[in-house]
Amino acid sequence: MQEHAISIWFFIGALFVIYGALVLGAGIYGLFVPAMNIAMPGLHISVWWGCGMMALGLLFAVRFRPGRSE
Amino acid sequence: MIATWFFQAASGRLSLGPVDLIIILLYFALVLGLGLYLKKFTKTSEDFFMAGREMTAWIAGLSFISANLGSLEMMGYAAATYQYGILVAHAYWIAAIPAILFLALVMLPFYYICKTHSVPGYLKLRFGEGARSLSAISFAVMTILMSGINMYSMAVIMKVILGWDIHFSIWVSSLTVAIYVMAGGLLSAIFNEVLQFFLIWVGCLVIPVVGLYETGGWAGMVHRIQTNFPGQDFIHMWSTTGSFTANPMGVHWTGIVFGWGLAISFGYWTTDFLVVQRVMAAKDLRSAQLGTIIGAFFKMMVPLIVILPGLLALAVLPFHLVPESQGNLPGAHTYNEALPLMLARYCGPGLLGLGVTALVAGFMSGMAGNVTAFTTVWTYDIYKPLLRKDAPDSHYVSMGRWCSLIGVFISIGTAYLVMNFSSIIVYAQVIFVFFIVPMFGTVILGMLWKRTTPAAGFWGLLAGILTSFALWLWVKLDPSALRHVAFSEHAKDMAENIYRAMWSLIANVVVTVAVSLVTRPKPDSELTNLVYGLTELAPGEQFSFFRRPITWAVAVAIGFVILNIWFW
Repeated sequence: MQEHAISIWFFIGALFVIYGALVLGAGIYGLFVPAMNIAMPGLHISVWWGCGMMALGLLFAVRFRPGRSE
Repeated sequence: MIATWFFQAASGRLSLGPVDLIIILLYFALVLGLGLYLKKFTKTSEDFFMAGREMTAWIAGLSFISANLGSLEMMGYAAATYQYGILVAHAYWIAAIPAILFLALVMLPFYYICKTHSVPGYLKLRFGEGARSLSAISFAVMTILMSGINMYSMAVIMKVILGWDIHFSIWVSSLTVAIYVMAGGLLSAIFNEVLQFFLIWVGCLVIPVVGLYETGGWAGMVHRIQTNFPGQDFIHMWSTTGSFTANPMGVHWTGIVFGWGLAISFGYWTTDFLVVQRVMAAKDLRSAQLGTIIGAFFKMMVPLIVILPGLLALAVLPFHLVPESQGNLPGAHTYNEALPLMLARYCGPGLLGLGVTALVAGFMSGMAGNVTAFTTVWTYDIYKPLLRKDAPDSHYVSMGRWCSLIGVFISIGTAYLVMNFSSIIVYAQVIFVFFIVPMFGTVILGMLWKRTTPAAGFWGLLAGILTSFALWLWVKLDPSALRHVAFSEHAKDMAENIYRAMWSLIANVVVTVAVSLVTRPKPDSELTNLVYGLTELAPGEQFSFFRRPITWAVAVAIGFVILNIWFW
């Protein structure tokens, strides 16, 4: 079963890259138009979190990409 | 239409922006796509019900812990932490880690080597049809009931927090789970649970990270809690349990150790098929054991995203949360809103969508766990032995697929029943203690003592269930009986459950031993691969030191001891 299947880790990596990009995009937008009613706005956590998710996602997506031999 | 519905969400406590909605919709698209993609890999009953028994240790372990990490549990324990403080972390440490390690090292070899499909299936092999039918039917009823209760409770929370329509929440999330489980069976459920595990962590971890930054670390948080709630101890796990009245839960350390840490914990983690099924799907015994230990490690870490947010809420929220009964007061926020309020406090657009996705993912992983466990127990332990014994394999796969859908519809029906009779929720944990706790006594005696007889297996199980029910009824009819059942008139609901579980286990063990001594045991030849001493367990010596399950189990156990001492 596993032989021809795309690895679950690849799915997770791909989703993290997309989610990371969305969160990072929202974070960069927030640098210019700060969100209301958020504690610690100066921390710009969305930017850091988005970058971290993209990095983790890329790691998984590349490491477990379809067709890569184990 | 869906977009219109989503944008109406602004009427809740939190309001979502377009980025948040894209994140949530993308999540639903991915889980459905994953389920449909995996359908082609589930052709036989072994594929559908046991995921082909091909899971690696990491996948089995993360799925094992994800099936347990429901969003209701996350929000419920964050709420309980706001009420009782770090005492609630016992649910993740003493009430989980010893039992999970025991499952990995002692019980899994028997489950795995006898090649059973379910825990009731083991009881059939060990004790016969009577014990299997009693446990299978009670488990199936309990699972569907719990699934419906969770579904309704989740929908109510989504309505309060996000303004989502209750019916929409119930139907959309349930049908999504039904489609992906129907398509790919346990394989699909497990893969989605792994995905959900990562989403839960990445969505919720932002709270402790930013929260501790805001409070200036652990010491700053403790200082703020002491300032906000002078004279109350929220940060010690054991030092306040020397008497029933010294802690807000009204529990003594004996109850925590023997009731919570032994009866409830071992009952749930070692015999509740919802979680055990995940590791039984591992590709070999060593992977099953390592997967369980990986699960134990992450279970030990869960307080980071559940307990710590509850403590941070005590430290940083500018108002005090109130019990559910006072939730209707103007401007009041209830205990159950602790986690969502913390999400709203720290998460801007994008991160908020991620946090809400984490809650939805938690709900769906819990529900998929219930549905797949119900489907397997129904097909293998009720339908096959009692209704249709000799059908072709494809018939049981088909039954499994339809049963997934039917299980979801029954859960939805239960959710609507709960909507009209909300007191059922109060009894959910009680029902859980009725059925699951005695099963542990029966299974463990069956595994470790070959003298345990088939009659004892059945009567011990029944005695445990009836004892639990009788004690509950006694306190219900005469509340002063609490001082006998829970040793204290001050015991709260959670403490009463803990002590009732302890009595139920004692009754189960006493009756099982007594009946065993006066009835005829099975011959040794019928107990091969089922009982300690008659089962050839895989020797760990064939693996190097770092590849042995025992090595990592000891490492987790050391971490468990250190954490308990640290937060004493």
